Amino acid sequence: MNPEEVLSLAGSQSEEAEVFWVSREETPVSFETNRLKQLHTRQSRSLSLRITRNGQLGFAAARGAVDPEDMVRRAVEVSQFGAKACFELPATRDPSPIDVFDSRVREVPTEKMVELGQSLIDRVRQHTPELLCEAGVVKAVTTVRLLNSRGADVSYEKSVFSMGLEGTLIRGTDMLFVGDSQSSCHPIESFQPVADTVIGQLEKARHQASAPTKSMPVIFTPMGASTALFTSLIMAFNGRMVLQGASPLGQRRGEQVFHSKFTMTDDATIPYRPASRPWDDEGMPSRKTPLAERGVVANFLYDLQTAGMAHAQSTSSGSRGWGGMPAPSISALVVEEGDVSFEDMVRDMQEGLVIEMLMGAEQGNVLGGDFSGNVLLGYKVEGGEIVGRVKDTMVSGNVYEALKNLVAIGNEGRWMGSSLKVPHLYFSALSVASKE
Amino acid sequence: MLQDDSLRDQLAQALKGHKADYVEVRLEESQSTRIQYRGKELEDIGTTTSQGGNVRAMVRGGWGFVSFNDLDDLPGKVGLAVSQASLVGKETSQFSPVEPSVRTVAGKKGKKDPLTMPLASKKKLLDEYNEIIWGTPKIQTSVIAYSDGSKRVVLANSDGSFIDQSRTDVTLRLNAIARDGEEVQQSGLSLGGRDDFSHIEGLHGKVAEMSQRAVDLISAPRVKGGEYTVVLDPVLAGVFVHEAFGHLSESDFVYENERLKEIMVLGRRFGGKHLNIVDGAAIPDLRGSYSFDDEGVPATNTHLIREGVLVGRLHSRETAAKMGEKPTGNARAIDYQHHPIVRMTNTLIEPGQVSFGDLISGIEEGVYARNWYGGTTSMEMFTFSAGEAFMIRKGKVAELIRPVVLTGNVFTTMENIDAVGDDLDMNQGGGCGKGGQMPLPVSNGSPHIRIIKCLVGGK
Repeated sequence: MNPEEVLSLAGSQSEEAEVFWVSREETPVSFETNRLKQLHTRQSRSLSLRITRNGQLGFAAARGAVDPEDMVRRAVEVSQFGAKACFELPATRDPSPIDVFDSRVREVPTEKMVELGQSLIDRVRQHTPELLCEAGVVKAVTTVRLLNSRGADVSYEKSVFSMGLEGTLIRGTDMLFVGDSQSSCHPIESFQPVADTVIGQLEKARHQASAPTKSMPVIFTPMGASTALFTSLIMAFNGRMVLQGASPLGQRRGEQVFHSKFTMTDDATIPYRPASRPWDDEGMPSRKTPLAERGVVANFLYDLQTAGMAHAQSTSSGSRGWGGMPAPSISALVVEEGDVSFEDMVRDMQEGLVIEMLMGAEQGNVLGGDFSGNVLLGYKVEGGEIVGRVKDTMVSGNVYEALKNLVAIGNEGRWMGSSLKVPHLYFSALSVASKE
Repeated sequence: MLQDDSLRDQLAQALKGHKADYVEVRLEESQSTRIQYRGKELEDIGTTTSQGGNVRAMVRGGWGFVSFNDLDDLPGKVGLAVSQASLVGKETSQFSPVEPSVRTVAGKKGKKDPLTMPLASKKKLLDEYNEIIWGTPKIQTSVIAYSDGSKRVVLANSDGSFIDQSRTDVTLRLNAIARDGEEVQQSGLSLGGRDDFSHIEGLHGKVAEMSQRAVDLISAPRVKGGEYTVVLDPVLAGVFVHEAFGHLSESDFVYENERLKEIMVLGRRFGGKHLNIVDGAAIPDLRGSYSFDDEGVPATNTHLIREGVLVGRLHSRETAAKMGEKPTGNARAIDYQHHPIVRMTNTLIEPGQVSFGDLISGIEEGVYARNWYGGTTSMEMFTFSAGEAFMIRKGKVAELIRPVVLTGNVFTTMENIDAVGDDLDMNQGGGCGKGGQMPLPVSNGSPHIRIIKCLVGGK
C-alpha cells in the first residue's frame, strides 16, 4: 500500500486530507498450565484516510490490500453525512524526538523469551507448587507514519516488551487469583519484579480472614486502584465528555474537587514508556498535561476536532483505534507520589482492607464516579497487620467522595500496564458488604 | 484473492508437505460501517475493509500461529507456523478427528440487507432515535453506536476440509445520560441481529422508555447493601447464565486443571430439577449461530445442565481429545489475528412453569433487577450489574432504585435459583470477551428467575 498515492488522490477531491499508516510486527510467546503452549507471529498493516470535503469530515480505513480509488470514494461518500470540520490539520514536520525505540527489542531471540517466561513460572511455583500459571512474554515493533495535505510527513518507530503472569490456586471450590505484569520500550531482562509481586500476594493471602458489613478504611494497592478507580476519571477529564456536559468535572475547572495531596498528569513524553510518542495520532507534538493539581481541576484532554468545537486547544490527545476517527484519549496517567509507605499505611489501620483486585468494579454508574466490586484479591488488616485474605466481600464507593477523603498517598508509584502509574491510595472510609 | 476460483487448490497446495500433526489456513475478508453519535453531533462515521489470514500448526502438542494482512507466499507462512510449533511441542498431539467437510455457507439475505442499504437511510433511523432521547426533559446527552459488518471466512485444513462461510451482523447500542447538578445517571439499550436491518427498527417506544428511565434514576434511592431475594428479568438472567455458569463450561479452563475437573465433574448436581441450561450454535439465526466452528467442526446444541445436573461442556478439538469427550463445535476466533478458543454461542436457561406473578408473590422485601449493564467472572465468583432495578415489597414490584451490582459464589448461587419462569426471551445485543478476543457475537437468554440470598452491593 502506498500512503502518498492515497493522499494525493484524496487531496484532489477534498479541501484537506490526512493519511495515517501503521505497520506492526508482534511476537507473543504464551504459556498455559505452567508450560509453553504457543508461539505467535502477528504482522499487521492498516491505513486510514480522513478528509474534509465541503467542510465536512469523511473517513475510510483498510487492513490488508488497499485500493486507493475505492478508499477515496468511500471517504467522499461518508463526508456527505460527516460532522462539520472544526480544525485545520497541523503542518508538523520536525517534532522533538521522544525516545520510544530500542532496537534490542527486535533482536531478542524467541528462545530467550521462552526462557524468561518459564523462569518466571518456575520461580513463582517454587513458592507455591500447586499454583497453575498462565504467562505471556511479548515483543512488538510498530512503525507509524502520518502525512497530510498541509505538508506534514512524520514517522516514528516504537518498541514494546512486556511480560505478565496470572496464577490460580484452587482448593476445594475455593479459588485464589494472583497476578502481575510489566512493560517497557526496552527489553525486560529479569523476571524477578513480577515474581516478587506475585509471591508477595501469595504470602499475604495464605490465611483467610473475614470482613464485617460496615464502613471502614481501605488501602488500594497500585493494581487495586487500576481495577477500580480510574475509568470514571478518564471519562471525566475527556474533553468530549466535557463538551457534551456529561462530565461531572466539566464546570469545575479551577475548583478544588479532590484532596489537596492529589496531583495527576497525562504525560506522553516519558522516555521509553510504551504509551509515549513524539506526536499524537493527528501529528500534534506530544506534551505533558496536568489534569488535577493539588486537588484542583486543571485541564481536560482534547483532540483537534473536539478542541475546535469547544474553543479550546488540542492537548495532543488525539488517539485512534482500528477503523475509527481520532478521539481524545489519555496517553499515560501519572498520579504523583506522596510520602507514606505502604507498611506505614497498614500500621496506621485498626481495622480495614487492602484491595489488590476488585472485580467488576467499573460497571455501575461509572460516569457519576460510582464503583462497586467483588474483592477478587484483598486482605484484612487488624491492629496494624495484614491477617489474611477476604472473600465474598463487596467494596463500594464513589471516586469523587473517596478522593476527597484521602488519608495518604503512597511513596512509590508503579506502572499498571502502559497507561497508568499510581502509588498506593489510602481512603478513610468505604462501604464494605460481606456474605456472612 | 478470495474471489479466485483456484483458491481451494492454492490452499491445498500450501497445506502439502509439512511435518505437522495438524495445519489449518484461515482467510478472511470483511467490510463494515459504523455510525456513532455523541450528543446531537455525529461523532464518527466511516467504513472499513479488511483482508487477512492466518496459519495455525500443531506439532507434538505445541502450537505455532502466524497472522498477516499480506496474503502472498502462503506456503512460506505454513512453513513458519510449523517451525514455531516444532519449537514448542514436546509431547504427543491430541486433537479430535472430525470428518472433513467441503461446504459453502452463503450469508442469508434479510428483508433489508444492511450492506446495500444507503447510508442516508441508516442515519435517518438513528436521527429519529436521537430526537426521542433529546425530546426527554433533563437529558444531558446521548450516545448512539451503530455498526454493521459482513464477513467471509475460508477455512482449509490438513483434514481436507474446505469451508467457506459468510455472515452479516447488525448491532446498535443506545445510551441516554441524565443529569441534575452533580448527579449523573444513565440508561441504555443493546440490540443486535443477523442479516437484516429490521432487527433494529421500530424501537421508538423502547427508546422513549429508556430515556425517561435515566431521568427517573436521578431521584431514585440506593439500595442498602446486603442479602436479598432477587428476581432477574430474561436479559439479566441471560447474562447471569453466560457469565456465572457458561464460562465454567468452557473446557479450556478445565482440561488441564485437575482441581477444576473435580469441581466440574459430569453428574454433579448444580441446582434444582427446574434448572436446564443449553448452549448451541445450531439454534438458527441468532447472533451466536453458525454452521461450522473455526476448526471445521459442525455446530451442535449442547445440554450443559439437565434437571440440575451437569451433563456436558463446550469443547475445541484439543480439549475434547484431552478430556476423552466429543467435540461440540465451540472453537471460535474473533478474527484472523487470533487463534480459535473455546467460546459460547447461544446460551440459555430453558423455560419452566412459573409465571412472573407467582415468582414475586411470596417476596416480602427483595430486588427486581432488569436489563444488563455488564458482567464478569472469576470462575468461582461473579459480579454483574443491572441496568435498572426495583424493590419488591410484599409480593409487588415497588419503587425504582439505583442500578445494582449483584455478586456471589457461582456454585451457591446456582443452588439458590429456587424458581424458573415460563417466559424465555433471547438477548442479541451482547458481545463476549475472553483472552483478548472481544466482542464476539453471542446471544444469551432465559425466562425470569428467582435467586434467594443473593448479595447486592449498596450503600
